[in-house]
Amino acid sequence: MVGKVMNKAEGKYIINGEKGKWEVVIGLEVHAQVTSNSKLFSGSATKFGADPNTQVSLVDSAFPGMLPVINEYCVQQAIKTGLGLNAKINSYSVFDRKNYFYADLPQGYQISQYKNPIVGEGKITLDLQEGTKTIGIERLHLEQDAGKSIHDLNPSNTYVDLNRSGVALMEIVSKPDLRSPEEVNVYIKKLRSIMRYLGTCDGNMQEGSLRADVNISVRKEGEKKLGTRCEIKNVNSIKFMQMAIVYEAQRQVKLLESGKKIDQETRLFDTKKNETRSMRSKEDAHDYRYFPDPDLLPLNIDKNLIEKIKSNLPELPDQKKERFIKDYLLSNYEANIIVSEKEISDYFEEVVKTSDVKLAKNWIMGDLFASLNDKNISITQSKVTAKKMAQLIDSIASGVISGRTAKEVFEIVKETGEEPKKIIETQGLQQKSDPKELEKIIDKILEDNKDKVEQYKSGKNKLFGFFVGQVMKLSSGKANPQLVNEILKKKLK
Amino acid sequence: MSDITKKSLTEIVNLIKKKEVKSEEVTLSFIKNIDKDKKLNSFITKCSDQALIRAKTFDKKPNLEKLIPGIPIAVKDLFCTQGVKTTAGSKMLENFTPNYESTITENLWNEGAFLLGKLNCDEYAMGSSNETSYYGNVINPVAENTVPGGSSGGSASALAADLTPTTIGTDTGGSIRQPASFTGTVGLKPTYGLCSRWGIVAFASSLDQAGPMTKTVQDSALMLEAMASFDVKDSTSINKKKENYSKKLTDNIKGLKIGIPKEYRVEGMPREIDQLWENGKKILKESGAEIVDISLPNTKYALPAYYIVAPAEASSNLARYDGVKYGFRSSNGNNLIEMYENTRSEGFGDEVKRRILIGTYVLSSGYYDAYYIKAQKVRQLIKNDFDKSFKNVDAILTPSTPSSAFKIGEKKNDPISMYLNDIFTVPVNLAGLPAISIPAGKDNNNYPLGLQFIGKALDEQKLLNIAYAVENKINFKQNLNKWWER
Repeated sequence: MVGKVMNKAEGKYIINGEKGKWEVVIGLEVHAQVTSNSKLFSGSATKFGADPNTQVSLVDSAFPGMLPVINEYCVQQAIKTGLGLNAKINSYSVFDRKNYFYADLPQGYQISQYKNPIVGEGKITLDLQEGTKTIGIERLHLEQDAGKSIHDLNPSNTYVDLNRSGVALMEIVSKPDLRSPEEVNVYIKKLRSIMRYLGTCDGNMQEGSLRADVNISVRKEGEKKLGTRCEIKNVNSIKFMQMAIVYEAQRQVKLLESGKKIDQETRLFDTKKNETRSMRSKEDAHDYRYFPDPDLLPLNIDKNLIEKIKSNLPELPDQKKERFIKDYLLSNYEANIIVSEKEISDYFEEVVKTSDVKLAKNWIMGDLFASLNDKNISITQSKVTAKKMAQLIDSIASGVISGRTAKEVFEIVKETGEEPKKIIETQGLQQKSDPKELEKIIDKILEDNKDKVEQYKSGKNKLFGFFVGQVMKLSSGKANPQLVNEILKKKLK
Repeated sequence: MSDITKKSLTEIVNLIKKKEVKSEEVTLSFIKNIDKDKKLNSFITKCSDQALIRAKTFDKKPNLEKLIPGIPIAVKDLFCTQGVKTTAGSKMLENFTPNYESTITENLWNEGAFLLGKLNCDEYAMGSSNETSYYGNVINPVAENTVPGGSSGGSASALAADLTPTTIGTDTGGSIRQPASFTGTVGLKPTYGLCSRWGIVAFASSLDQAGPMTKTVQDSALMLEAMASFDVKDSTSINKKKENYSKKLTDNIKGLKIGIPKEYRVEGMPREIDQLWENGKKILKESGAEIVDISLPNTKYALPAYYIVAPAEASSNLARYDGVKYGFRSSNGNNLIEMYENTRSEGFGDEVKRRILIGTYVLSSGYYDAYYIKAQKVRQLIKNDFDKSFKNVDAILTPSTPSSAFKIGEKKNDPISMYLNDIFTVPVNLAGLPAISIPAGKDNNNYPLGLQFIGKALDEQKLLNIAYAVENKINFKQNLNKWWER
């Protein structure tokens, strides 16, 4: 391994080679599965996890004489995504055939868009530690997914599952604007967040709804010209993308520093060995023989349709963040976290509709997030619903329970989903906030510990904590601490 | 009753409608002819038993409101037919039985017809002589040693020999009109998009169009009426209301202007063809039409452009025949690539391979612009030529082919000369226009010759009217002596 990776204060990701400092240049081609009940050119279902070859039509399996018919909903989803990426929607686009042979590609070609994509240039704004950064979007186009070849079920045969064959994908190509694994992380998360807000892609990386080809090159710091890039195919998690980038960038630096050249090639990332390997060189690259699919007419998109979709766009993360900062006085950091997922922001808004904002954000970002992490579930799966969270917070705000008791109540809600109010009532967890009752307890303690009272009065201030502790003990922890403090101070004067 | 199989479709339909003949009788008569044929090789699959059952079922409860009630029809083996083997003339699909029905055949069955059999054709419709079929070459009933043309050669041969009352073919560069011309029958290629391509084994998607092959122009009108429909399953289908071509058919063509393109007078064209053309002009004039000289200057580029566009699309359309999902799979090969190579080497014939190679070449990076893009530009120019002409004329008259039926084997090893046979038909496909070939005379050998009328897009009615008027005046007689039954 050459050099060390340095994260400078200004956030620059630089590789310190033996002969100088290197910058990493990254561009991503993200394949996002369009949220749609049916495929791009057929009526087959697209449910994840169905039995093999149960969601396959004659079109998907390329029977003789079968013809593709565009699914208009998928077109609308692509337009919607384009608008969410602040991109130009092309009124004229063309479906092309990308020709190659593979067992899970029934037609012998993939229908994609080559020269005329449905969406042109756009941009995404990233919130990085050192500030915001805009990443250019080159294009977005629609294409079919292939089926799946399964090589490990039988030693001498490959099985083919065509359930994915023909499923609609959006390929979203970024400009080579990314400079570090962390930027890739933030970019993917932001892109995913935008599409989930729009309802155009569920972003589920485990199910393969979001995958990326990662283009990486390196160049000497300060150099303007781009280096020769390698493309790492089909990486399906952010962690693997980052690992692949770290490995690949260092591999390239090592090569260049030893006077060798980078071959433009397609590589694979081996997640077990944590290394990238050559898949095929430029010379062996497929000649896909793209040409317009004669079975499909060019796509002419009406301006009115674009306007209609535009006017129905939901609030997107950037807009929501601004509003949260303005309306709820969240910090930039807090707002970023809360809007990162639509479900979290929805949860937050439901809680603060009735309840205290400050308590809400602390509880959500604190105990709730911790519990989600523990259980590895999403916010919508938590037993602590927004309504229950609001109840809990209200009980704290009105002094019914202390923050400490609230944590105990939260633990119960988290496991059982019981209503906080009920738990507080049935377990008698309400705070003692009646001054007369508290005075009685305090008087008893002062009476029983006359010696300590003397010591306190003669200057041993630390004993104050002792008295508080005794009160709590006697009240089974239910005494309102604020009141206890007030009364004690008065009595010990 | 005189031999029913010699009658036109319209005549048989009228007899059935008047209840003067039953579907069973009609069907039996054609089956008898099919069984007597020993030499034509026009059928790949015979459906005699099923057809008889269908005929009897029809007779029990005849619905005489339909367009072609109780009519048995054999179709080109390029149309997928549910439960009946569909081969496309290829070894690749030797054992392929679709579980779906093409839109066109479905339309015919919905109008009261039923399947009589599947007809031989050039492999994947690639050929002009029906010599590329894996199931052997078809013979023209006109003379024992002649080809019926192609690729719808089995259709033309069966129709001319009275083995089916009517049939359907597909026309990518002349595959309906050229065999019609060679066999003395009527062949219509409709406007691109008028007849659905769904369920037809694809050759070149932007050119393929199904159409009727019949004994008379009136039959052609009737069949087109039954076939044409808007089909949401075909994105290139034209959304247009159904026409009553047969009812509106008239031979009154007074005042129509017919264009004669000077570029169609090709070098080396036999004198007989020239005379045929002149005769056509004369008849049109007698019918009150006006003859106008026109120019289609880019015609000379049509054939080269066609032999780039069609193979390019074919090379991609035929990629699906890879041995993985259905059809032929070679038992040789130790891995996926070898399986592909052996399956496609053994499953495709020479002409299909030749076109896949040409198509793959012209789409390759570095050649794409020089070939494919340029051919598309030429295609646009050819379209523009026609558009310009149709501002002044109602239809265009040309010979259908530069020769009559040639001998079996005569051009088999000379692809260029074979391709040249489609020189008059190919420009029409490139422009997506309708055209009809009608029998218009005979050459010295007594072989039929055809005249072609080209119309404006979706102007099939006028085209049929003109063809009808000329057909009436020419009064072509087939007079075949049924040598194939001996």
